[in-house]
Amino acid sequence: METVEKKNILEIKNVRKSFPTPDGRGATEVLRDISMQVSKGEVVSIIGPSGSGKSTLLRCATLLTDMDSGELFYNGTAAAKNDAAGKSVYSDKATLKKIRGYFGLVFQNFNLFPHYSVKKNLIDPQINVLGRTKEESEKKARELLEQMGLTNRADVYPCQLSGGQQQRVAIARALTMDPDIMFFDEPTSALDPELTGEVLKVIKQLAEMKMTMVIVTHEMAFARAVSDRVIFMDGGVIVEQGEPEEVFGNPKEERTKQFLRNYQ
Amino acid sequence: MTLWTMIIKMSEGLGKTCAIFFLTLLFSLPLGMIVALLRMSKNKVISGITRFFISILRGTPLMLQLLAVTYGPYYLFGFTVSRNKLIPVVIAFAINYAAYFAEIYRGGIESIPQGQYEAAEVLGYSGFQTFMRIILPQVIKRIVPSVTNEVVTLVKDTSLAFTVSYQEMFTIGKQIANSQTSFTPFMVAGVFYFMFNAIVAWAMGRVEKRLDYYKI
Repeated sequence: METVEKKNILEIKNVRKSFPTPDGRGATEVLRDISMQVSKGEVVSIIGPSGSGKSTLLRCATLLTDMDSGELFYNGTAAAKNDAAGKSVYSDKATLKKIRGYFGLVFQNFNLFPHYSVKKNLIDPQINVLGRTKEESEKKARELLEQMGLTNRADVYPCQLSGGQQQRVAIARALTMDPDIMFFDEPTSALDPELTGEVLKVIKQLAEMKMTMVIVTHEMAFARAVSDRVIFMDGGVIVEQGEPEEVFGNPKEERTKQFLRNYQ
Repeated sequence: MTLWTMIIKMSEGLGKTCAIFFLTLLFSLPLGMIVALLRMSKNKVISGITRFFISILRGTPLMLQLLAVTYGPYYLFGFTVSRNKLIPVVIAFAINYAAYFAEIYRGGIESIPQGQYEAAEVLGYSGFQTFMRIILPQVIKRIVPSVTNEVVTLVKDTSLAFTVSYQEMFTIGKQIANSQTSFTPFMVAGVFYFMFNAIVAWAMGRVEKRLDYYKI
């Protein structure tokens, strides 16, 4: 009998992260011993109040912020491991470069390259990072723009697009790199309410296509509809997690109930 | 001496004026970038030393620097940089302007949002690729107006070469003014500089317009 092993794309173990306080004397612990795994095809939403550490967790996972302590693995390869003193030690440059190829990140503020057209935003990383040919890159860009409903916007510049369109381009750009897992950092927080729908729709599409995703969001209805698992964070810890119906429908922790009440 | 003769004589120095102008830009624009990067170095010693040199170059008159580079080596060590005065003149100008350009570049680089670096990093661009492909083009767009200012100033500053008797247009004009006890050569020089700068402003305007196809 063959056993089907559930493959963890992302594994985070016991992450701790502190930032110095503004007066420089002390430190605020933003992440207190957080562990989580994400398996292939899974959609995980992270919810919680501002300052709960969700964005920092995402930044640690995407190597934008260094962890103080804790371990990080992608597809079983270590991006960081603890040394004897329990301090995170990051892998060498080549390994980290390889690992960056495993994930994509969509920012709250899109962060498109303003001097490149939509098309160039999508093909430049493919050519210069992955070494793909121009033809391959253009084909990929065309497919993704079609998927995002932006076929006719290939030649314009980001400043000529609405926020919702910019965010869809940003999603397409991340997808051009064929990531195993996609991270979204409050992808609709910078958008007008009427533009959030078009972005949530494409994320939903990706979920239906079994894209592995971790989404930090304040859109509760969306998180409930799209996720396989919801994580509620507060004060730098995971307070509660489970299937969306459990967490939203029947939260166990008092803090979760209190938080969700504000959204109803 | 007729006005026409003055114009002809002074025009003969225009080639040298242009030589100072273009050679200074040729060397100072890239040198400024190197200085800017040293100035922003994470190494406190390197950035400190660079800051010190920038403050000297910006805090003392260009005229003094011209004299120092042209005659300093002779008084200090008994040798001359070059019999051709263009060389010390361009060295002094290029170093001085590099200091100003460095500060303009630094301002431009620091004005690029952190998110641009982060987006490039997550996509897997190397540090060098990020700078050359993502950051620098946006910096150039932002600094064109400030660079234009410096370039316009440089046109007028070329006249400082008279202090070391380099035979450019203004030096010749000044000699004519002395020998003929006439103010006319200075008027002629004024018109020359004004026309030169009209061309500079037009060219830089074109550059600005070419970069106008996107907003940051």
